[in-house]
Amino acid sequence: MEWIQQLINGISLGSIYALIALGYTMVYGIIKLINFAHGDVFMVGSFIGFYSITVFGLGFFPALILSMAACALFGVIIERIAYKRLRNATRIAALITAIGVSLFIEYGVIYIRGAQPEAYPDVFSNRSFEFLGAHISIQSILILSVSVVLMILLQFIVHKTKTGKAMRAVSHDTEAAKLMGINVDNTISATFAIGSALAGAAGVIFGVYYTKIDPLMGVIPGVKAFVAAVLGGIGIIPGAMVGGLVLGVVETFVSALGFSLWRDAAAFVILILILIFRPSGIFGKNTREKV
Amino acid sequence: MKTKKFASLFLATSLLAGILAGCSSGDEGSSKGGDTIKIGANLELSGAVASYGSSEAEAIDLAVEEINAAGGINGKKIELIKVDNKSDAAEATSAAIKLTSQDKVTAIIGAATSGNSVAQVQIATDNKTPMISPSGTSTTVTVGEDGKVNPFTFRTAFIDPFQGTVAANFAANTLKVKNVAVFADNASDYAKGLASSFIKDFEAAGGKIVAKESYVAKDTDFRSTLTRIKAANPDFIFIPGYYEEVGLIVKQARELGITVPLMGADGWDSPTIVDLAGAAALNNTYIITAYSSEDPDGLAKSFAEKFKAKYGKDPNSFSALGYDTVYLLKDAIERADSLDGTKIRDAIEATDNLELVTGLYSVDENHHPIKSATIIEFVDGNQVFKTKVNP
Amino acid sequence: MKKSKQFWPFVIAAVLVYVVVQVLISNGMMNQFYSNTLILIAINIILAVSLHLVIGITGQFSIGHAGFLAVGAYLSAIVTMKLHLPFIVAILVGGIVAALAGLIVGIPSLRLKGDYLAIATLGFAEIIRIVFLNIDYVGGAAGMQVTHLTTWTYAFFCLVVTIIVIVNFTNSRHGIAAISVRENEIASDAMGINTTYYKVVAFALGSFFAGVAGALYAHNFYIIQPSQFGFLKSFDILIFVVLGGLGSLSGAVLSAILLTVVSTYLQGYPETRMIIYSLVLILVMLYRPKGLMGTMEITDYFKLWRTPKGGGQHGK
Repeated sequence: MEWIQQLINGISLGSIYALIALGYTMVYGIIKLINFAHGDVFMVGSFIGFYSITVFGLGFFPALILSMAACALFGVIIERIAYKRLRNATRIAALITAIGVSLFIEYGVIYIRGAQPEAYPDVFSNRSFEFLGAHISIQSILILSVSVVLMILLQFIVHKTKTGKAMRAVSHDTEAAKLMGINVDNTISATFAIGSALAGAAGVIFGVYYTKIDPLMGVIPGVKAFVAAVLGGIGIIPGAMVGGLVLGVVETFVSALGFSLWRDAAAFVILILILIFRPSGIFGKNTREKV
Repeated sequence: MKTKKFASLFLATSLLAGILAGCSSGDEGSSKGGDTIKIGANLELSGAVASYGSSEAEAIDLAVEEINAAGGINGKKIELIKVDNKSDAAEATSAAIKLTSQDKVTAIIGAATSGNSVAQVQIATDNKTPMISPSGTSTTVTVGEDGKVNPFTFRTAFIDPFQGTVAANFAANTLKVKNVAVFADNASDYAKGLASSFIKDFEAAGGKIVAKESYVAKDTDFRSTLTRIKAANPDFIFIPGYYEEVGLIVKQARELGITVPLMGADGWDSPTIVDLAGAAALNNTYIITAYSSEDPDGLAKSFAEKFKAKYGKDPNSFSALGYDTVYLLKDAIERADSLDGTKIRDAIEATDNLELVTGLYSVDENHHPIKSATIIEFVDGNQVFKTKVNP
Repeated sequence: MKKSKQFWPFVIAAVLVYVVVQVLISNGMMNQFYSNTLILIAINIILAVSLHLVIGITGQFSIGHAGFLAVGAYLSAIVTMKLHLPFIVAILVGGIVAALAGLIVGIPSLRLKGDYLAIATLGFAEIIRIVFLNIDYVGGAAGMQVTHLTTWTYAFFCLVVTIIVIVNFTNSRHGIAAISVRENEIASDAMGINTTYYKVVAFALGSFFAGVAGALYAHNFYIIQPSQFGFLKSFDILIFVVLGGLGSLSGAVLSAILLTVVSTYLQGYPETRMIIYSLVLILVMLYRPKGLMGTMEITDYFKLWRTPKGGGQHGK
C-alpha cells in the first residue's frame, strides 16, 4: 500500500502549492506581473498565524482567518506602494521591483525577529488512522478540506459576485473595462487582496503541517507554486489548482522512486516541456500574436 | 566614433580604480598595536543559511560582551567586526580579504558552513591570521585535499568518523538491531562522513543496511522518502543531519507509523528539536553529543540562562558553538600573551582540556577537536544520560 | 565605419588602465582587498555585458544567466583541478562548453516570448544547478575546491576581449539584425530576417562570455558549490543590466561597478545590508523605470557621440 500512501503525501503537498499558485495566477491574469513577492506574503501569513496562536492564544480557525485578513491588507499595501506606479512600465522593470519587494520583506522580517526557524505549536491533533494500509493524518485531511473550501469560495467570488465579474473584465481588456465604468484600481487591489489572503491561508496550513517556519521559507514554495501556475495555464484559476496538485504528486513520486535529490529538477523539466510543447499550459487557449 | 565611447568608459573605470587605490593608503594606521583586539566574524547573516550564521552571531555578541565587561583579554577590550557573507562562498572570500587586509583583525571566527569556511582558508594562511570555524564540520576546513594540515584553521565542532563508529557500536551491541536504514543530509560532508563510517562499522559488526536515502538541507517534505524507507522494513534508522530538518523527519516518520528507534549525532542537539518534532515523537530516539544542554552543573546551563535573559529564547547548538569559539580564542590569546598570528596559532594548538559549553576541548594534530561522546536518550522531551564513550 | 581608427585608441586606453593597476598591485600600493574588488568588478562587468547582449540588444528576456556561469565555473575547474591543464585552456573550455549549453537551451526555448522565455531560462538554469548537485565527481552539494589562479591580468584581458567582441557584434550586420528582432520581431521576420538564427547566435555568444566569467569566478574564490548558482545569482546579473538601462552597454558596465562597490561596502553593515540593497532596487525602478542610463550610452552625455548604435529607442 506504499503507493496509496505516496499519493496522499503528494496531494497534501500539492494542495499547498495550489493555494499559493492561485494568487500568482490571479495577479498575472490581471496585470501580467510575475509577483515574486507572493512567496513572501505566504511567509508573513505563516508568521502572523504563529504569533496569533502563541501570543494571543487563538485556535486554528481564528488564527487562519486573522492571518488571511492581515495578508489581504498586506497584499493591497504592496500593490499600492510598489506596483501601482509601474502599470505602464516595462515588464522587466516590474519584475525587478517584485524581486526588490521580495528581498525587502524577507530581510525586513529577519531584521525584526532574526533568521532562526520557529516551531508551530500543535493546534491540531496529529493523530493518524489507517486506510487501506496507508497512514492518513488528521492534518492531511484538514489541509485538503481547507484548500478545497477556499477554492470553491474563490470560484464563487470570481464567477458570481460583482467584484469577480469586474476582475474577469479587467483581465480580459483593461481599457474596455474602464470604459464600462469599472474602477480598475479597486479591482486590481481586490485581486491582490484575495490572492494574498489565500497565500496567508497557505502559510498557516503549511505551518501546521510542516511545523518549521522561517523568514526564507517562502522562496522555494513560491517558485514551485509559480511553476504550478504555469503548468495549469497562467491566469486560469482551475489551472492553478490542477497544476499545484499535479506538481505535488509528481515531486512525491520522484522521491518515492528513490531520486529525492532530483525532485526539484523534475518540477523544472515538466515546466520546460509544458512551455515548449504547450506554452499556454494544460488549460490555456493558444492565442495568436498580432502585429 | 566608438573610440570616445570606449575611452570614456575606461576613464570611468580607471577613475574608480584610482579612488579605490587612493583610499588604500589612508587606512593603514590602525593595526595590531592599539588598545583593542580586533576580531573578525565572517558569518552567514543573509541568504539560505542565515539561521545558522545569525544564531552564532548572537552568541558571539554575548560572549564578547561578557569578556569586555570582565576587563577584556589581558586588559584589552575586544572589538568585534561582523561581516555578512550572504551564505555564498565567493562573498566569504571577499569578506575574509576585507577583514585581513582592511580591518587587519587578529583572528577570524567563521564561517558557519564548511564551504564558506574553506573559501577563507587560503586567505587566513596567507595573512597568518588564525581562523576558527564554529560549525564547519567538513575535514577539508582544516586539512587540505593533499592531506596537509592547513596551518591557521581550526574548528570548534565535532567532525568525526568517531561518532559514526560510536553509533554503529551502540546500534549493534546495545540495541541489538540487524536491519538498518540510513537517511543522510547530502548537503553536508559531516552527515555524509557520519553515514559512511556508520555503514562501514555496522556492516563489519554483522548488520545489514536495508535502505540508504538522502535529503538536502532546507527540504521540508520528507514523507515520500520516509514512506519508501518504511517499505524496506528497517528496525533502526540512523539520521545524521541538523536539527532543523531532523526535527521534521522525526515528526513525519512517527506520523507515517514508523515506530523503530531513530538515532543521530550532535547535529540534533538543540532545544528546538523538541518543539519541531514534539516530545512524544522523540521518544525512542538517541543522540551522540559532547555535552548535554540539560546538564545541571556544566557551563551549558549557565550559558542557556544568560542567552535566554539577553535574547528571550533558547540557544541552539550553533549558538553554543559560536559562544565557545570566542572563549577558545580568548584562552589562546591569553596564553600567547601576544597578538601575533603565529603565536596565537601555536597557543590554540596547545589547547588542553579547556572547559567549554560543548564539553572539554583539546586539539589533535589535524586541528580536529578531541571531545568525548555521550549517548543520550530522549524521554518525553528530556535528555536522559545513557552512556559515555571516550575517544 | 572606420574600424581601425576606433580600435587602437581603445586598446591604448585599456593598456593604460591595466598598467596603472598592475603597477599599483605589484608595488603593494593597492592591497589585496582592492585588487580582489577590482577582479570581482571585472567578472561582474563580463557577466553584465554578456547578458546585455541577450536582453539589451536582442530583446530576449533571459533570467537564467547563472546557469551558464555555473557551466563555465565547473568545466574550467575540472580542466585545471582534474586534468591539470593550464588556466588559459580552462577559460576557453569553460566558454565553449557554456556556449554549447547556450545552444542546447536556446534552440528550444527561444521560440518562446516574453515572460514564458524568462520562466524557461530560469527553469533551465535550475536544472543545470541540480545536475551539478548530483554529480559526485565535482563534489555534489559540498562543492569542489579550486586553486586560486585568477589574477588582475587574466580578468582584465578577458574583460577587454568581451567588450571588443560584443561591441563589434552589436555594430555588425548581425547586431543590427538582432536589434531589429528586439524592436519588432514579427516585422523583422516579415523583412526576411531569420530571427531564430540571430536570437540563438546572440544567446550562445552571451553564454560563451558567461562561461568565461565562470572560469575566472571559480579560480578566484577557492571553492565552488551548486548553491552559489541559484536563481538569486541570475537575478543579481539581471539587476546589473536593468539598473544600468536596458540597451545601454555603458549603463550595464557602470551599474556592475556601482553595485559591486556598494555590496562590498555594505558587508560591514550585515543587519541592514539586504534591506538597503532591496530599497535601492525598488526606488530606482519606481522613479527611473528605464534604469539609470535609460538607453543612452555614457558618451551621449558628453554630446560627442550621438548616433544610437548599441542602444536605439527601446520599446515601441
